[in-house]
This record gives sequence, structure tokens and C-alpha cells, in this order.
Amino acid sequence: MARFVARRIVSLIAVLFAISVITFAIFNIIPNGDPAYRLAGRTPTPGQLDAIRRVWGFDKPVTVQYARMMEQVFTGKLISYTNQTNVLDEIKQGFPRTLSLALGAALIWLFFAIVLGLYTAVKAGRFADRFLTVLALIGISMPVFWIGALMSYYLGFKAGIFPNGGYVPLTENPIQWAYHLILPWTALSILFIGFYSRVLRSNLLDTMSDDHVRTARAKGISERQILLRHVLRNSMIPIVTLWGLDFGAVVGGGAILTETVFDLEGVGQYAAEAIDMLDIPPVLAITMFGAFFIVIMNTVVDVVYAALDPRIRLS
Amino acid sequence: MSRPDPILEVRDLAVSFATDEGVVRAVDGVSFDLRAGEILAIVGESGCGKSVTAMTLLGLTRSPNANFDGTATYKDIELLGASDAQLQEIRGEEIAMIFQDPMASLNPVMKIGAQITEQIDAHRDLPKAQARDRAIELLERVGIPRARERVDSYPHEFSGGMRQRVMIALALSCDPSVLIADEPTTALDVTVQAQILQRFRELRDETNAALILVTHDLGVVADIADNVAVMYAGRIVEQGTLDDIFYDPQHPYTWGLMGAITRIDRPRRTRLPTIPGLPPSLANRPQGCHLRPRCPHEFDACTKVPALEVRVQGGVAHADRCHLEPERKRRLREIAPGEIGLDPKAPPVKPSSPKDAAA
Repeated sequence: MARFVARRIVSLIAVLFAISVITFAIFNIIPNGDPAYRLAGRTPTPGQLDAIRRVWGFDKPVTVQYARMMEQVFTGKLISYTNQTNVLDEIKQGFPRTLSLALGAALIWLFFAIVLGLYTAVKAGRFADRFLTVLALIGISMPVFWIGALMSYYLGFKAGIFPNGGYVPLTENPIQWAYHLILPWTALSILFIGFYSRVLRSNLLDTMSDDHVRTARAKGISERQILLRHVLRNSMIPIVTLWGLDFGAVVGGGAILTETVFDLEGVGQYAAEAIDMLDIPPVLAITMFGAFFIVIMNTVVDVVYAALDPRIRLS
Repeated sequence: MSRPDPILEVRDLAVSFATDEGVVRAVDGVSFDLRAGEILAIVGESGCGKSVTAMTLLGLTRSPNANFDGTATYKDIELLGASDAQLQEIRGEEIAMIFQDPMASLNPVMKIGAQITEQIDAHRDLPKAQARDRAIELLERVGIPRARERVDSYPHEFSGGMRQRVMIALALSCDPSVLIADEPTTALDVTVQAQILQRFRELRDETNAALILVTHDLGVVADIADNVAVMYAGRIVEQGTLDDIFYDPQHPYTWGLMGAITRIDRPRRTRLPTIPGLPPSLANRPQGCHLRPRCPHEFDACTKVPALEVRVQGGVAHADRCHLEPERKRRLREIAPGEIGLDPKAPPVKPSSPKDAAA
């Protein structure tokens, strides 16, 4: 176990290093990426630009600039080039919003995917299965910015059933919190429900023809017990893995579109705005933050995987 | 001599499956009786319908594209028509099954103790601790060392032989009256095989359970069976007592099977005789006797399906499905006793008494 943890920490450091170098390099290569222009405002004179470069250290070698930025990331002193706010403070502010979105949506999509996957697997080949399969494919095919915008416009703006964007902290008012998040949760979940239910359905059908399920049936236990205790449990192992990774990705700022459509002002939306402005510090910090979560969730998934499947041993 | 009534009577059992390649008749007109304490071996090549016959008794072949005919009566319960609830009560409790591949037949993510107590819970009203004790006792009975610790192990922590013992412990957990073992020793090495067979014999002696042994291994059959049914392409082609089948086989297919056994009590030939050709596809079987294309003794009558009849004198329960006259069969066998392979060109070996054949 100690070796497993040690190895994960080493790989975490390696991933963060690689991600940060690549992100930093991209911004140094792309045209019009010069941060001095971001800081100087409209129509700067060459003298102003030079002054900014000197003050912010943009005249130093790239490696030195990188090292300085890393130092700022880890000391929490990273400043945005566009509005001079502290990047870590912004992330800290957006994080509860992103976490609320990710956690709620992940639970919703997992729950509905299990229900739908079980139902379609049991009814495999029949009308209900075919109908829901089509529905799932439609769900997978609908981009979140489109379905999200439709929901926000019709249910939020026009009908007024749901709030039209915005966020209320859980600690302030849990009911309003959930109320404001219902639409984003739904919009984000639809794709995952479609996808997960398809994966689970095929896993279930595979497992149903396994020899050990036949053994279970020969024991004289009910079909319900066979399905839940033997078939579902074995079929859920890959789903849990997938779920952990997707959850990590969404928490790490992967819900850019959903957050933007519903104006949640989470980490993803912050990232979208920063990319729009070619603002390196937030992009770099959020990318590292996202990578950090994905690696952490990866580790959690491995631990859970080993708990679910006794044949897997850590390290 | 009056024999006890059979606890399981199978009459004209037929199982077919609708597939993309047409209707597959996996089992066609199979009949047999099973009495308490009796060991019946069903033998035949792969794909002859023996496993389907066995699994059908427990309703494990039920599916939307399966079609069943005939009857299988267990203690007044008609198994083929039984409701799911009835079957659920019979499975594990009255008729238990041991499956072929012990590596794949146990749930990989469940402790073996839990897999056994699950079956006990389904049929008995025992407190948790008692069910667990029973599981430990069963594991001890089938020869799992340190059963008290091993009860909390997962299947992958056992060897193949040990897993098959776990399967047997599982099957025995509710003291079934009928035990169906589908190739129980095929995946195991020979020493383990002998131990497992010994367990079956002890079980029969202890509980008077009846055993149906599905196998293609005639060595196992000779070792343990009381009665034998030889299946070919979904039909029983010959059935009788162990002695009938081994000392006085009537069907050319049985001759072929006997000829394909390695023998150490015979002069060695360059090649082990085999049955030429392959079993027919069950979706497209030959008209009449199914063995016809592979049988060197084929004649006019073979285009008609031979009935399973008692043809030899004095063989009360010894029936076969071959049009050949018993007298002619006797002479054919004398040409190359013991291994009247289906290959007529096979060089004859030194004659010896047919009584040697069972060894």
C-alpha cells in the first residue's frame, strides 16, 4: 500500500510538470500571445510595452518565466493578466459551484444509467429496449450547449419554472441551491445517462451469459437476486471506473459548456473566459488543478476497483 | 427382483433451439429412469446433447427461442412445465447441479462461503451463523483444508481442483436427492479426478442420492457408473447397465467409442483408432440413423430411424438404436473384438475374450 501511494505521488508530480510545461509552451508559441498586450490596455506605446515587460519579467528567458509562474502557483500569488485579480482566489470561489454541479450531476447520471441499463438489459430486444436505445442515442447526440440553452430559454426564461441561471450556495439555502442547479444537472447528465446506460446494458448482457450466473440460477435463488447480486455487481465494476474518471474530469473544469450556458461562474466558466482572453495564469492554474483532480480520481478509482474486484490487487 | 420406483423419469425429451442457421434439435427423444442411489452416466462426443439434457432438467436451457417436448417427472412434479417458482424450489434443494468449468462457474467477486450460504438461505430457514457453520462443514466434507479460514476466500484463491470441490460443496449444501454433474472432472488432473469420483461414491453411499454424470470420459464411466446412456447427435443410441455397455456393446457408435480408449492390456498399434468424420450439425442431421454417414456397416434399412429397442436376448434394460441383427453384430465384433472401430480397414488385432473389455 505504501508503495502504491508513493508511486501515485510520483506520477502526480510528473503529470503536473508535463501539463504545466505544455500549457506554458502553447501560450508562448501561439501568435498574439504576448501577455504585455493583455496588461497594457488599448493602443499602448512601445515604451509602455517595454516597461510592462521589464516589470513583469517577460524579457527574461522562458525557463525563468516558467519557474517564476510555478512559484506563484504554489505560493498562491498568481495574478491574472487581464484584470489583475488573484487566480487562486477566483478558483477557490468557483470551486464550490463546480463541485455542486459535478457531484449532483454525477449522482443523477449514475442513478438513471443504472435504472435504464438494468431495464433495457432485462427487456433486451423488446420494444421498450429498442425505444429507450433510440432515446439514449438521441441523448448522447445532443450537445450540452444546445440542450442546455433550450432548457435555460424555455424552462427558465420563458416559462419561469426554473431560475434562469445563477447559483445559491448550499450553506445559504439548500433548497434554492438545488433549485438553481436542477437545469444544469439535467443538461450535463443527459449525455452521460445515455452513454452509461448503453455501456451498462451491454455489460449486463455479457455477464448474464457467464457460467457463474448459471450456477447462481441452479441454486434456486430468485431472478431478482441473480440480477442484483450476481449480474449487476459484476457489471458495475467498469462503470464505477468510468464514473470516477468522468467525475474527476468534470470537477477539474470539464463542465465548461454547462457552466457557461447556465452562468454558474464555476471553475469551468472561469477557464472558458481566460482562454477567450488568452490569459495564461488562470488557464495554467486551472489546467493543473484539473489534472490534479483527474490523477486523484484515478487513484480513488483504483482503490475502489480493488475493493470491488478481489482479483485486483493494488501495486 | 423388484426395484424401487424411479425418482426421476424422463420420457421422449426433446429440446430444440431456433437459431439463425435454422432449428437446432439438440435433444431428440431421450428417455431414462433414475432411482435413488443410482449413478447414471450419459456419454457421448462434444455437442451430442448430453449437457443440454442435463441442464434442461433444471430449466436452465429455458429461453425464448427454446422449444421443449416430452416429460421429465421428478417425484410427481413435471419439470418441463414447472413454473419458475416451482423450479426455484427444486433447484439446489431437490436437484443440484455441478458444472463443467470450475474456473468460470463461481462468482469471482463473492466469497465462497457467501456463495454457499446463499443457496442455504434460499431453501432453509437458518440463522446466519448456522448457515456459515454449515458451509464450513460442507467444505470440510469435500476435503478443503482449513475450511474455517478458507470460507472467506474468493474463488481465484483456489486451484481448479479445490474450486470443483467448492462447487460440489455448494451442490451438496441442501442434501439434494438428485445430483447432476456435467463433466465434473474434465478440467482437472487425474489424481484430483480420482478423489472427486471417490467423493461422489461416498456421497451416494451416505445420502442415497442419485447421480447423473455427464461425461465423454469412458474411464470415469467405468470407474463409477451403474447405468450408461450413450448419446449421439441428440439421441440415445444405446443404454444399459455398465456391464451391458462395456462387455456387450450393441451399437456401432459404442464400438467406436470403446475402440478409441487407450488400452494398456492390448498389443499396441501404431495409431489409436478413431471414429472417422465428425458428428453431424444438429441443425442439419442425416435422415434415418444419424450415424449413417460415418458407419461402415450401413445398409438399406438405415434410412429409417431405428427405434430404441431391447434387441439382445436376456438384456432386460439393454436397448439400442441399430437395425443390424444382434447375430450379425456379434460376428462383426468377433472380427476385431473390443475395438470394432468404425473403420473397416483397421487392421485386426490379436483376438481376446470380450470380457476383457471393461477392465
